[in-house]
Amino acid sequence: MSAVGEWRPTLPAGPPMQSGGGKRSSPLEWRWIDRLALAFAWCAGIGLCVIAAAIVGYMAYRGIEYLRPQLLVQRPSISTSQSGSGGFRDALIGTGVLTLIGIVLAVPLAVGGAIWIAEYGRPTWLARMVESAIEMVAGTPDIVIALFGLSIFQLGLLAPFSFKAAGGGVFGKSYFAAGAMMSLIALPPMFTATRDGLQAVPAHMREAAFALGKTRIATIRRVLLPSVRSNIATGVTLGVSRIIGDTAIIVLLLGDSLRIDPQGSVPGLSVLRGTGSTLTSYVYNNSPAGEGSAPQKAYAAAFVLLIFVLVLNLIVDRIGRSQADTTGMTVAGAIV
Amino acid sequence: MTPDEMLLERAEKRMSDSDDPRRSEARFASAEQAEARSAGAEALQARAEPVSDETPPTASPAASAVPPVRTIVVDRAPLPVLPPQEREAVRAAHSSGPERLRLEDVSIGYGAKKAVKSVSLSIHQGEVLALIGPSGCGKTTLLRTLNRLTELTPSASRAGNVLLDGEDIHGMADTRLRSRVAMVFQQPNPFPMSIFDNVAFALREQSRKKPRRRELEPQVVEALKRAGLYDEVGDDLDRPALRLSGGQQQRLCIARAIAPRPEVLLMDEPCSALDPISTATIEKLIGELRRDLAVVVVTHNLAQAHRVADKVAFMYLGDLVEYGSTAQVFDEPRATRTRDYVRGAFG
Repeated sequence: MSAVGEWRPTLPAGPPMQSGGGKRSSPLEWRWIDRLALAFAWCAGIGLCVIAAAIVGYMAYRGIEYLRPQLLVQRPSISTSQSGSGGFRDALIGTGVLTLIGIVLAVPLAVGGAIWIAEYGRPTWLARMVESAIEMVAGTPDIVIALFGLSIFQLGLLAPFSFKAAGGGVFGKSYFAAGAMMSLIALPPMFTATRDGLQAVPAHMREAAFALGKTRIATIRRVLLPSVRSNIATGVTLGVSRIIGDTAIIVLLLGDSLRIDPQGSVPGLSVLRGTGSTLTSYVYNNSPAGEGSAPQKAYAAAFVLLIFVLVLNLIVDRIGRSQADTTGMTVAGAIV
Repeated sequence: MTPDEMLLERAEKRMSDSDDPRRSEARFASAEQAEARSAGAEALQARAEPVSDETPPTASPAASAVPPVRTIVVDRAPLPVLPPQEREAVRAAHSSGPERLRLEDVSIGYGAKKAVKSVSLSIHQGEVLALIGPSGCGKTTLLRTLNRLTELTPSASRAGNVLLDGEDIHGMADTRLRSRVAMVFQQPNPFPMSIFDNVAFALREQSRKKPRRRELEPQVVEALKRAGLYDEVGDDLDRPALRLSGGQQQRLCIARAIAPRPEVLLMDEPCSALDPISTATIEKLIGELRRDLAVVVVTHNLAQAHRVADKVAFMYLGDLVEYGSTAQVFDEPRATRTRDYVRGAFG
């Protein structure tokens, strides 16, 4: 037996290795259309980089020029001059509140729907209907979703959730109404990421849990959901970046006021029922396209918004990488 | 000489160099292969000096009558399973254990195709039963019937009875059955959680209140010890299981399967994704697990079946062709099909 450990075959090493390829054909010999295509592909790639850099660079230049720390903590106030109109604290809070409402409503729906599609999905016609319904929601323009929200929150049943005018008229506008509609635009990326994650879990993982005497629902809760945690996180991050970037729903469902305007006397709830602003509506209202009273503050707020979105993209990227590192599985749909 | 011929010659030379005639008895299954090989060796001898005075392993057509022996050169001596006389002693002591599983005329179909046809078998505690046969002969289907995993395939249909300790397995809840008949798969498939949580997975009852970690620890440690993994991972049970090597992952899966103390352990080609050293470790483990369990192993590797099994069942196209002790099936097979298969004529 010991001879096995000591014995080694002697094998020839072969010629030394070379790197790099051999001679290739010169583009000068190609047909002109191939040369044009090559040049266009180079230009398109580099051009996109230039455009992205221009947006970030210009907004950073303007933003840093006008962004002052006190802008982040001052409330907006009514003034005709830029120096007196305050900061965008309310808009920041508004963005946070909407994100929270949207995520709290969308995550259970998206994850539950994805579990049903990926693990149960029967009868098939119903599964197909659910998938197309979610595709439909994903494809609906946000202004249409906003209009739909406006009409349902004006109904008597949902009126308690929205802002009432002094005369008793229901406007259908409130943080809650906007947040509920925001959950609809955040739902499709969360659903897709979770479903794709579940479908990427190999079948033998489920069988292993079944073979240990677990029911299907226990397998989902104890094995599958922990496996797709990072897919869910990716989906949530994508959903958040859609919520904080959306404008149409804010304009229709949150009103024109820049300040948070609570409704009622219950703290917290009054904010949800009241109107206000987010960073996007703040930028819109202060830009020359809106009332145009404070373009410098619009630039500063737009810069903050851009930073948020860039940070969210970075988070999505990180989640994808760490998932690939630890489990060898990839996270689907990591492009905003 | 063309470059191809030169390459061929170099390859032949390398093969011949690494052939140590004193150790490896290379036998070839088909006469064609043997002829090709001896032709190569002759051509080589014509040009080069012989490697040693002893003639290289002669591969005459007569050699095709003995079963093929797969020799794998590893840098470390493989762990011996059990010396033959000791193995026989263990077999004599354990093979007469009580009957655990009894299959009565079991047939399984997928749609119109019958994958398993009227198989009757009995499986005793203290013995290892190897299911052998060519691909697609129904051995994995038969194995998956024993813990009702075939039911997960919507088109599957069944006939016949499987009795676990005299009780029909189709009459008991699937979760209850599967905690008594555990399974290890071809691919190591630990869950993406810690080593501890993997082994404790089946111990945590789903409807009761969560048992504390301290209560589970003795069972987890014992299962890891029985699977021969505790010495390697015992210092940190909170490590993610996916960080372990392939062989360690497979032993973790065995620990996970035996933690709830099942009566039967099903193994579906447990070593086919592993290296020779991990394979030897797991084969040794199978021999030890036999003391408390009935083990059913599906394997493509005839040498492995010969090493680990007490009883062998040979299946072909869904039929159970032959069933008997390992020595009988390999050395004195009754059916022509079995003889051809164990001697490597097809597969």
